[in-house]
Order: sequence, then C-alpha cells, then structure tokens
Amino acid sequence: MRKVAVVGVGMTKFSGKQDKTAVELFAEAAMDAINESNLKPKDIQALFMGNALGDFAEGQAQPQAFAADYIGASNIPANKYENACASSSAAFRDAFMWVASGFYDIVMAGGAETAAKMGTPLATRTFAMASDSRYEFPSGITFPGVFALITHLYAKKYGIPLEKLKHQMALVSVNSHYYGARNPKAQFQKEITVDDVLKGFMVCQPLQLYDCCPFSDGGSAVILASEEKAKKLTNKPVYVVGVGQASAGNLLSQKEYLPRLRSRELAAEQAYKMAGLSPKDIDVIELHDCFSTATIVALDSLGFFEYGKSGEAVEKGETKLGGKIPVNPSGGLKSKGHPIGATGTAQIYEIVKQLRGECGERQVEGAKTGMTDTLGGDGGTLCNIILKRGW
Amino acid sequence: MEHKLSFKEYNEALKQNKLLGLKCKQCGTVTVPPRIACSECTSTDLDVTELSGKGKVQTFTTVFVVPEGRESECPYVIVIVELDEGPWLMGNLTGIDPKAVTMDIMGKRVKMGHAVFPGDKYSAGDEARPLFSLEG
Repeated sequence: MRKVAVVGVGMTKFSGKQDKTAVELFAEAAMDAINESNLKPKDIQALFMGNALGDFAEGQAQPQAFAADYIGASNIPANKYENACASSSAAFRDAFMWVASGFYDIVMAGGAETAAKMGTPLATRTFAMASDSRYEFPSGITFPGVFALITHLYAKKYGIPLEKLKHQMALVSVNSHYYGARNPKAQFQKEITVDDVLKGFMVCQPLQLYDCCPFSDGGSAVILASEEKAKKLTNKPVYVVGVGQASAGNLLSQKEYLPRLRSRELAAEQAYKMAGLSPKDIDVIELHDCFSTATIVALDSLGFFEYGKSGEAVEKGETKLGGKIPVNPSGGLKSKGHPIGATGTAQIYEIVKQLRGECGERQVEGAKTGMTDTLGGDGGTLCNIILKRGW
Repeated sequence: MEHKLSFKEYNEALKQNKLLGLKCKQCGTVTVPPRIACSECTSTDLDVTELSGKGKVQTFTTVFVVPEGRESECPYVIVIVELDEGPWLMGNLTGIDPKAVTMDIMGKRVKMGHAVFPGDKYSAGDEARPLFSLEG
C-alpha cells in the first residue's frame, strides 16, 4: 500500500438557504482545491462525491457526473456516496484506498448539500430517512430525537443529574460558537452564552435549539495524491496515516452498547491501529457534534476521556485551545454548519489547515497530528480519519 | 432464501395488536424487529413467536419539531422499551401528557397497543408501530 497525501483543500462558506445549487457549491470548493494543488481539472482521475438528499432538495440525482463535467474534469469516473451525514468521509476513505492501492494517482473527494433549501419540515423528514423507515420512522423519530433518546440513556447510565449534563452540553455549544465566531467560513459567527442555550425553545426533550446543529447549504472538496505525486505538487503534504469505517443497524439493534456507539469504537480502533497512534497523540480533532450530547458521547468513545467523564472535561476547559484535546476549532457542525454531504471533507479541510498553521485566531499551536470523526444516521456509518504533517 | 417473518407479515400482525418476533432454535434468543438471521448467533434456524408486548421503558423523548406530514401528532412521546423477552422496540407512549414526561418514566412498566402511520409520499405504504401505555 502506498502513502497518500492531501495536497489541496477547498470549501465554501457554509450558510442557510441560498441560491446556488449543490453542483455549483461543490464546484467552488473543487476549483479552490485544484488551484491549491497546482493542478488542472483534467489531472483529476476520479471523483468521489458525498451528497445525501439532492433528490429531495433539488430533484437532482447523480450530481457527481454533472459536477465532474462542470469543473472541466469531464468524463472521469464519478461516484456518489450516500452515507447520510458521513457521506463525504466515506468518499474520502474510498478515495484514499484507490490511491493507496496504486490504481489512481490523483483523486478528488468532497461533497455538497443544499439542506437548508428544503426548509425545516422537509429537512426534518428527509434526515429521518437515515433512521429505519420500517421500525423507527413510524414512531415519528427525528435526528434530534435520536440524540435526545441517547442523552437520557447517558444521564442514567453514568448517574449524571440531567441538569448537570444539560449544563455541560450547553458549554459544548458555547465553545462551538466561540470558535465559529473566529471562522470566516462558518454559518454562525456569533458567540452565545450558557443562558442562551438554556433559554432556547425545546426541539426534542431535553435538546433545545442551541443543542442542535442547523440545516445548511455548502460544499467542500479535497485532493488526494500518491506520495510521489504529492512531493512534486506541494512542500506541505498532509499524509493520511489512519482510516476506519464501521456500520451498525438501527438504534434497537445497538441495545448492548448504547449510549456508546459501537460503530465509532470499531472505526476509531481501525484508524488508531493503522496509524500506530493512540488518543494521546492527537493534537486536534474535528468531531461530529450534530447535537451537544454527541460531542460528549464521541469524546468518551474515541478514548480521550473515561466513559461518562467527557462532560466534566468540557467543564474544565480540556476541549478548548490549550486544553488536553482541542475539539472543533472550526466551530464544528453546530456553528460552522452541517451541509451533510459536505461535512466530512469540510472536517478534513479544517484539520489540513490546522496542520499547516493557517487558522489564525483559532489555530491549535504546533498541531502535527489531527483526526476527524463523522457519524451518519444513528450509528449507521462511522468514519474516522487521522492526518499527519509531512514536513 | 425465504424470510421466516417479513416486514409485511410483522406489520399486518401489529395492526391486529399482535407482536411477532423470531425465536432462535440454536441459542434461544428472541429477535424483534425481524431479521433474516438471529440477532445473537446469526443462525437462520428461527421460529415465529408471539411476544407479550410488555416491558420497561429504557429511554424517551418528547418531540416538538416534527417531520413534514406529522404536524397533527405534535407533540408526541417516543420511547424505547426493553421487552420482557429481551429485545428493544421503539414506539410511542400514550395516556400521559407529553409535556409532563420526565426521566422518572425510565424503568416504568408498559404494555403495548398499536397505532398506524398511514404513510406519506416517501414511504412504501402504511406502517404500524407500538403504542405503549403504563401498566396498571
């Protein structure tokens, strides 16, 4: 297996509803990534694109073919990845494997989504399609609903009074907005307080408005190249040193593990093992904070803190810049936004920028190794990627 | 390979208030919702069995922001129940003010009825789900 590097990244500003299509958003990000890589569109040998709900948002299936053509990479093989919110992380992992195998030298992975365009009722309906349509949706499950169920399980399992857990969750959202306010690409560039979070309207008990990420429009793209090509293209290659992916059935099938997500533990184990690294080696992480509880659950399972203790770690500031593990300096899904097909490679974008030292006020000083964590559905897909500076 | 219990058969039975599952002849585990293989040992040597529909609430949420088409049901309570036979099942909770449900509900015993989601333009027809209520 060959070494593979990320040689260029691009992303649009994430936003609420706006006028561009998913293909247009993807193309903006893709051209930035191509230009940063000192490549031309015709140099891209294949496209792996995440897009989950284009059928519903725009009546557009197989956007990847139109995206490849639109950016001038006409006629290359182009595949779409639909792994709900983890779509472009799954695309990235497959792109990595094709380059690592030697089949391709230069591949683009990315994604785009126009979820905000759908409006809240349709977006809530279509996001719920990533739950089990036969055994979960008839009860009216929604994505905040899934994490609300998990939040109550978490509070009970670890004996944390709900009020205390809610305070820890509020701090997660406060941190997200603090960093989002320092990221020009973020959907929300505004700080909030614990009080703001606790006064928000109830979405799914106990999750209030600011416990939840928004519906978003946006695109992101990255270029992966073999080590040999990467060395010619850039003096700052960021190597993909570990990847992991796992799946799981509906929530009910996960009864032995919840509130832990088994798919995360398996994916993370694969990524750490492949990289020969452990949680203490990770300098910065972009993790899947679709809901405030999700951050706490993820930090437990990724091995950064003991099970049930990640909320306390948030309270102690251990997830901020300068803490034990800086979490979501981009603002995360909560504040940067969550255009689901674009989210995974936008996390890669942030980690690459962090490792290159290009993040200004939200820079994690001296970051050499970073990780991403992307969740699709209620544990249905989980991807972890570990990236390392190559200079 | 044939299904021992298809979604359609499960759904039709639930509409008659009968909860069907699968009992593994190899390891004795009860699987519900149905799968083509035992949830514990993956054996396909399974018998269809009728379950009690009784169990304990494991977790809950009250939903205030609902999917398109479910507006008339808002707010509603979703519960995951551990059935006396072991498996977890998702359903709604009735007979209680949705806004008054707290974590105290967790661990309470419930019995099962059913309600039918009539389907929308995205779904593949109607789908029944358990409608739980507190026992006693």
